[in-house]
Amino acid sequence: MLKYDLVVIGGGPAGMAAALKAKECGVKKILILERAETLGGILEQCIHAGFGLHYFGEELTGPEYAYRFIEQVEASDIEVKVDTMVLEIRTGNVVIATNNVDGMLEISATAIILAMGCRERPRGALDIPGSRASGIMTAGTAQKYVNIDGYMPGKKIVILGSGDIGLIMARRMTLEGAKVEMVCELMPFSGGLQRNIVQCLEDMGIPLKLSCTVIQTHGIERLEGVTIANVDENRRPIPGTEQYVECDTLLLSVGLIPENELTRMAGIIIDPITNGAIVDENRQTSRPGIFACGNVLQVHDLVDYVTEESQIAGAGAAAYIANRPRGRNRYVSVSGKDGVRYVVPQNINVSTEQDVKLYFRVADVYRNARIIVESGDKVLFSKKKPKLAPGEMEYVIIKAKDIGELEKKQLVVRLEVPKQ
Amino acid sequence: MQYDVAVIGAGVCGAMITRELSKLNLKIVLLEKCNDVAMGTSKANSAIVHAGFDAEPGSLKAQLNVQGASLMAYYCNKLSVPYKNIGSLVVAYSWDDMKTLDELFERGFANGVPNMEIISQEQLRTMEPYISDEAIGALWAPTAGIVSPYELTVAATENAVLNGARVKRNSGVFDIEFKNDMFSLSTATGVIKAKYVINCAGVFADQIAKMIGDTSFKIIPRKGEYYLLDKNEKKMVNHVLFHCPSKMGKGILITPTAHGNVLMGPTAIDLDFDSKLDLDTTIEGLNIVKNDVRTVIPALSTRNCITSFAGLRAHIAGDNSDFLIAPSKANGHFINVAGIESPGLTAAPAIARYVGNIFHDIAPQYERKESFQTTRPAPIRVNELSDDARRALVEKDKRYGRIICRCEGITEGEIIDAIKAPCGARDVDGVKRRTRAGMGRCQGGFCGSKVVEILARELGEDMNEITKFGNNSNILYERTK
Repeated sequence: MLKYDLVVIGGGPAGMAAALKAKECGVKKILILERAETLGGILEQCIHAGFGLHYFGEELTGPEYAYRFIEQVEASDIEVKVDTMVLEIRTGNVVIATNNVDGMLEISATAIILAMGCRERPRGALDIPGSRASGIMTAGTAQKYVNIDGYMPGKKIVILGSGDIGLIMARRMTLEGAKVEMVCELMPFSGGLQRNIVQCLEDMGIPLKLSCTVIQTHGIERLEGVTIANVDENRRPIPGTEQYVECDTLLLSVGLIPENELTRMAGIIIDPITNGAIVDENRQTSRPGIFACGNVLQVHDLVDYVTEESQIAGAGAAAYIANRPRGRNRYVSVSGKDGVRYVVPQNINVSTEQDVKLYFRVADVYRNARIIVESGDKVLFSKKKPKLAPGEMEYVIIKAKDIGELEKKQLVVRLEVPKQ
Repeated sequence: MQYDVAVIGAGVCGAMITRELSKLNLKIVLLEKCNDVAMGTSKANSAIVHAGFDAEPGSLKAQLNVQGASLMAYYCNKLSVPYKNIGSLVVAYSWDDMKTLDELFERGFANGVPNMEIISQEQLRTMEPYISDEAIGALWAPTAGIVSPYELTVAATENAVLNGARVKRNSGVFDIEFKNDMFSLSTATGVIKAKYVINCAGVFADQIAKMIGDTSFKIIPRKGEYYLLDKNEKKMVNHVLFHCPSKMGKGILITPTAHGNVLMGPTAIDLDFDSKLDLDTTIEGLNIVKNDVRTVIPALSTRNCITSFAGLRAHIAGDNSDFLIAPSKANGHFINVAGIESPGLTAAPAIARYVGNIFHDIAPQYERKESFQTTRPAPIRVNELSDDARRALVEKDKRYGRIICRCEGITEGEIIDAIKAPCGARDVDGVKRRTRAGMGRCQGGFCGSKVVEILARELGEDMNEITKFGNNSNILYERTK
């Protein structure tokens, strides 16, 4: 059995930032396990620019952003095993993994950081009736074919869902000579970043059809077309609005699912809204010594925030390894209501010495809504924002001092929406 | 090429019959119009071993069902196919239903179904804790089970190949001539000559029979739509759960699959004679399944659905809906194996033996081989191994240490085995059916492109020549700029 102070599962932006932070905080033996052939995670196929504006203050491509961390990992004594898949986390923080160099690995760790990222919601989960023709795939799969393998997965394309990957691929496929007919979005608003809607659709002349979905796929072998329809406020197709659109490819960008198979197997408690672990302000999960960060914890829209969150987890794991805290912590629980779908972290140690950033997402598009953080009658934060949208993650900072002084051990983040 | 026997259609019956006849000293070819075996009804059905209480006593269906159910364990063991003898329950919700259970029991008894029992609400609850409160009793048939139908087809084909049979894929038959006691079959890959023909063409069996002038039956494609749920719903159902039957079939069922998912369906919609390629799922059909399932296990959530699909049953038009397994009246050297709808999968092992007997009657000149090999080498299933066995295997061949499909934990070694096997996989869906790579909850989102890459490498083709399931189901076009 191999022994490490810290095992990081996943070598994407989250895993690398967490490992580097832990190193910086004095953790000695660190191992990163990555299932792909290289470090970098999904950034490796995101060859467009737009990464790093917040964190580095400059615009980088995905591989460039990743490389800044890969360089640091390589320069450090952090060990890395690529092409390595973790199969299980057993009791006593024992990690079972496999690859084609070492065979089966059994690794004991003082602390573990979960940084497995997320996956795209597949066609099957969407319930789109129709044929099983080829040419229906997630936008991320198409992105890999185009950017990594160098093949075109289609020529005449309809994109369902206006998530960021879908928007990025609309532009990418157009630049590669494909005709992107339209992007259909079930909701009355896009779930993607505003800047992507402008740069990837408007600038490319690709129509975005809101409140519209694909209700049938056609074609026996290769996809030949789709039927689209407008939907009502309950997201049900409106009869009479059906329209046939000829296409050979349907790309899906309809949501991301944190990859928490290992987390669930390890018996860690999952938040039903984020589909990630419930964590405290150090990103420690319900299992002591196991931390989570990045898209496996909550789906982010900017890698910059992933890096930030992962550094918190890295520092948290380092503190855990140094102190081996015992006994129960006292927590302030955090939740969202009135238009706030979720808040991360879900718990804060009452004795936290650092200010805490609460990340959250809203349920709808709101204009001039007020963000309020309160505990009972006590208001800790209150600020109006001109626009809030589900596609953009928000945060507020709460002072450590304020948390320590709370009478009621509950914090609520909510919106006050002006009446129309 | 000249053969003694040509079997048309590599579904579960065609494959099992080819295997059965490869026990004899003869040259046999299995002709399949698709890029792989098990591409019709055999890949999209309920994957159930029926106990045998549904069919009319005295019918061929009843006889071959009960025989097949008792043979299935033996065949799956010999051929290394996932099979579980979990038993079935027909659930009753009213006193009328309870009366139907009595009738089913009587019918099962007449058919020779062993060890059935009518059980109380309480017993039912113990066996199925999540069953609807409205359920008041059930018919328990312990001989029922679940099997992986496409793996059975693949395994039987591989075993037949090991015993000397030829398989020709992409070889759909479009014309048959009979001259001087010899059939000439025009196929997409050339003319095949054979002394005997066995028609296992599923929903197309009527069209094949018509080529020799046999118009005695017509096949209606009867569509059934299904949902497949994630493995995390596994605890919700322990046995094959049926409704009380209706005229259109056994109704919608809920069952675990041999691999631990939950399957629910099918609907039963008769299509036109010319809609035999229509495998579209429909909003209406899927809604029927969704709503029906709620009445059986209210807590079962289709939110955990990982895919939906449709299959076509080969239903013979007319009132008598028995299997048609007999030499054709138009030509005694041509055996029809037609109308093999439910319980066709269950019956398949018995159908193979039954056809073997018919063949012996019409062609007694062929003798048994001495060298028939009854088993196929068991495929390596890495995630079923113990830690130690797995370690030892990876030590020997590192490719079994490299995971390609994350969801199902399938390794590169297993995928290469599936491609290199006798009658191996040639397309992405073929790899999926043989190894389960891409069958999990991400449905090939991550591993799909890696499987394309491995197929291209192992078959010596370019990635853009690799298809999802043959013909024009290409995945990639030309290279990027």
